[in-house]
Amino acid sequence: MKTLGARLLRHPGAMIGLGVLGLVVVPALAAPWLPLADPTLTMPAQRMLPAGSTGHPLGTDALGRDLLARLIWGARSSITVGVVAALVAALIGSLIGILAGFFGRVTDALLMRGVDVLMAFPYLLLALAIVAALGPGLANAMLAIALANVPFFARAVRGAVLDIRHQDYIDAARLAGHREWWIVIVEVLPNLIPTVLLLMTTTLGWMVLETAGLSFLGLGAQPPDADLGAMLGTGREFLTTYPRVAVLPGLVILVLVVGINLFGDALRDLLDPRLRDRGRRLGTRAGECRDAGRHHDGHPGHDHRHGDHPAHAGRQKAGLSGEGQAGDGRSAGGDCGEPVDDRHPLDQGRRGGSPHDREVSGEGQGDEPPDDAHKGYRAARDARERSNEGGPTTGSAPPLIAAEGLSVLVPSERGAAAAVDRLDLRLQAGERVGMVGESGSGKSLTALALLGFAPPGGRLEGQVELEGTDLLTLDADVLRDLRGRRIAYVPQEPSDALDPLLRVGDQLREAITAHSSEISADADVAVGEESAAELASTEGGSGGRSETGPVRSAVVMAGLGDLGSDKPGAETSKRVETLLNKVGLDGVAGIQRRFPHELSGGQSQRVAIAMALAHEPDLLIADEATTALDVTVQAEILALLERLSRGRDRSLLFVSHDLALVTELCDRVLVLYAGRVVEDAPRERLLDAPAHPYTVALLACSPELGRPQKPLPAIAGQPPSPAEATWGAAAAGCRFAPRCPKAQPVCEQGEPGLDELAPGHRVRCLFPEGSKASDTGDGADSTDRVARADGADEADGAEVTDRRAGIDGDAGNDGSRAHSGRFFNERDSQR
Amino acid sequence: MTQPLLELRGVAKLYSQGSGLRALWPGGRQQQMALAPTDLVIPDGAAIGLVGESGSGKTTLSRIAAGLSRPSRGEVDWQGTPIEALDPEARAAWRRELQYVFQNATAALNPRHRVRRILHITLAGLWRGSEKQRDQAGRHERINEVAAQVGLGRVLLDRYPHQLSGGQAQRVAIARALLGAPKLLILDEPVSALDLSLQAQILNLLVELRRDLGLTYLFISHDLAVVERLCDEVHVMHDGRIIEQGATAEVLSNPRKSYTRRLLAAVPRR
Repeated sequence: MKTLGARLLRHPGAMIGLGVLGLVVVPALAAPWLPLADPTLTMPAQRMLPAGSTGHPLGTDALGRDLLARLIWGARSSITVGVVAALVAALIGSLIGILAGFFGRVTDALLMRGVDVLMAFPYLLLALAIVAALGPGLANAMLAIALANVPFFARAVRGAVLDIRHQDYIDAARLAGHREWWIVIVEVLPNLIPTVLLLMTTTLGWMVLETAGLSFLGLGAQPPDADLGAMLGTGREFLTTYPRVAVLPGLVILVLVVGINLFGDALRDLLDPRLRDRGRRLGTRAGECRDAGRHHDGHPGHDHRHGDHPAHAGRQKAGLSGEGQAGDGRSAGGDCGEPVDDRHPLDQGRRGGSPHDREVSGEGQGDEPPDDAHKGYRAARDARERSNEGGPTTGSAPPLIAAEGLSVLVPSERGAAAAVDRLDLRLQAGERVGMVGESGSGKSLTALALLGFAPPGGRLEGQVELEGTDLLTLDADVLRDLRGRRIAYVPQEPSDALDPLLRVGDQLREAITAHSSEISADADVAVGEESAAELASTEGGSGGRSETGPVRSAVVMAGLGDLGSDKPGAETSKRVETLLNKVGLDGVAGIQRRFPHELSGGQSQRVAIAMALAHEPDLLIADEATTALDVTVQAEILALLERLSRGRDRSLLFVSHDLALVTELCDRVLVLYAGRVVEDAPRERLLDAPAHPYTVALLACSPELGRPQKPLPAIAGQPPSPAEATWGAAAAGCRFAPRCPKAQPVCEQGEPGLDELAPGHRVRCLFPEGSKASDTGDGADSTDRVARADGADEADGAEVTDRRAGIDGDAGNDGSRAHSGRFFNERDSQR
Repeated sequence: MTQPLLELRGVAKLYSQGSGLRALWPGGRQQQMALAPTDLVIPDGAAIGLVGESGSGKTTLSRIAAGLSRPSRGEVDWQGTPIEALDPEARAAWRRELQYVFQNATAALNPRHRVRRILHITLAGLWRGSEKQRDQAGRHERINEVAAQVGLGRVLLDRYPHQLSGGQAQRVAIARALLGAPKLLILDEPVSALDLSLQAQILNLLVELRRDLGLTYLFISHDLAVVERLCDEVHVMHDGRIIEQGATAEVLSNPRKSYTRRLLAAVPRR
């Protein structure tokens, strides 16, 4: 993590702000040592000398005082007063905010009502009243401004404290037996400092202005001393004859305030995690986005830790391909957290990849100069042995949807890294396919890529063919029409999928009607009458609240179109009932009249599914659709999905991290590891004869009900981030090799192809389980094999440890050898 | 029979809806029962699982047991004494010997402190008032000892929480709970947010710690397979009350309540 200072240095806004600020602040600070005339020395003989006079570079004022000296000394007072006032306001305000926020109840009520009383007065009036009571003078003006600003700090700090107070680490401190005041100082305060600092920089400019204002009115600095405001006040009398005398202090105030605000804004960008990357992104070309990748390196897998990014990853311009509809892009962490969060179905520059595709084949043909990031990726990829993709399974029927060489490139510090790398996927009509992998394996990104969505700052490469049409080359409107109508998406968090302001019935009606009008408007686009499900389902995907604006306007337009069509409302209502019936909600009294917050988790998910079904899509993509639900509800939803895809020509792609769930529902399972398909097998084959060591390990470490004694050999280490997978030590070979108990030196020399082991069963491994080559030892079963690697196989493991330790610059080994039983665990923890 | 470590007698939790002005309105103040009066006995050395769906009251119960939340009714006894009545010394011991591990480990670590500092701060609190209070070297030693117990490498001690993986963060959280040499650990869904392989690591660690340190667990989970591995006794919660309890093997193989049967049926199997 870079220090704040280093990041400030790289922030253009901060540097400009500092530069502008320096023009005023540096001379003001250095004033006592500068060869300046005495600013208070009056020399009536020399009044109103023009600029450039000897000894008076900026001339003199009405009393013959040197203007330059007065400006610099005046700026010094103004800055001092502003800074001191900001400090005092911050101190008092924060104290009130902390007490009110942390201790709540009566303390809160009393303090905040007091603050409310202060706020009830117009702000400048309050300052004026205070000065009037205390008498004029710079110090009193300062106090008045500070007091007038206290409510501002108090309220902001209280809000921040309320948030912190409910964090688990505060409870943890209580559990450690700490006293409350101690918790405030050690646990709360450090988390408040950025907030307060921010408030101070953003209010400093105001404080300077207010000081000037009070002095201008004659309530601040008293003659012969003057701050900028007082100078402006006295200069005003000569505004027509000698404008210089008033304009110069005005300009200095302007420069000062602009500088402070520029710097404050930059600081806010850098300190507010949600805005952190904005400044730099605006500065770089969207296509490069090196910095954006910081979310992705490190540990790809842990949603909660990335709490800071998704929203703002989304701020990124999505227009890589030049299509750039100011995409309110989507979370780079399609895999981390709710993909829902961000994607904008309407604005998304979704076919980010296609022009670049051609660029790959025809080197630099695109109208954009090939960017470095892109090159970086390609170079790395070319450097790798091109793996033979073990040709597509020769299926008889043409697939419903087929992805070929589908890559999802995400930004990283070293350029575009492949979070999903040359993935092939075929879904036959009516097939139920599961996709499993750890967080960060690229499964959610793949699911979204099938809808033509690329993460912000990222892009798609390769092909996604829906019955022979490549989605990634389609026009945005055509693609949008396909989403939801042919392919629908059910997100992880059902409550995010629903518009909180719409009743369930309206929600579904909207889903049904919105598409149809688009069709009527655009008659030559395919069959069917629907299109709103896409709105519905992608609205689900779009994370509701903030995004509903455009969605809703589109729906309104759709609704207008509907007037022209001959679809009576009664038919829509009937359709709504059918849908509710389909998802088993018809029995719930008054369900159509309910708002999303009146639904249970399972009910919301059923509504989301109903919306996805509104247009009888050919493919339903359920992205961790049951993960947020309770076990019993999860089972119900699973049964529902099973029923909805049974005996119909509807395919299901079920994305989950839970292998047991996937095998319960799906006919075929793809196992993803670090963006690569490592195994693709029919359900029974996967369970009975898993071939890839990773699959074996995943199966081995799942707890099973009824087998409490089963050992759970954990897989050592962590999966590589996209950047590590693209450029890291293991990039040249099998990506699982560093964690694989069976890895041989040859595994790191080239990545194995996805080879067919048995009909319909493909695996990317040189030594798949069950094959002759792999049986180096006795015929021990696969579970034992992994278990053995857990401890007994120490020689090999130790080698891996050393290598990893070397990579991380970790010399201390903490006696992991001593605990060979926990060997795997420790390897992980040392990383 | 020996003294139970922790005993909850008739604890209940009510949440009042409509505070402030609404409370003055006739009928404006409504109380909602989050936890019906419940008894729970945790004998020394036991591992008790608490299962149920979200909203069933299991987290409410566990927070009351940990002293993080006061029951609206009923009493919590620590080794035979109500926790309000503990003298300062016994109170400090209670704090050391009863610890809590949160579901979201990363959120339970202060983002502004490095791991080592988090552990130091905790120990400073736990040892406050004892003769070890000023013993810096002793603290260091204890931290290193516990870090070794949970398999935390030295390098990790110098990281910030956001630089840890979920599994690593959970190890830190467990290490923090172990610092005071606790007798009872209350674990609130400690593996639910983790991927399978990390979950396996943490489960193995918990089994090992219990064996090596003789810990007592109150383990909250919705995952029966996990509870089965770790607990010898299981309590099933539904709608704010414990509806079924007994030896894990017995309850899982021979559930008496229909809700328990539904819960069992819902577990995905191969």
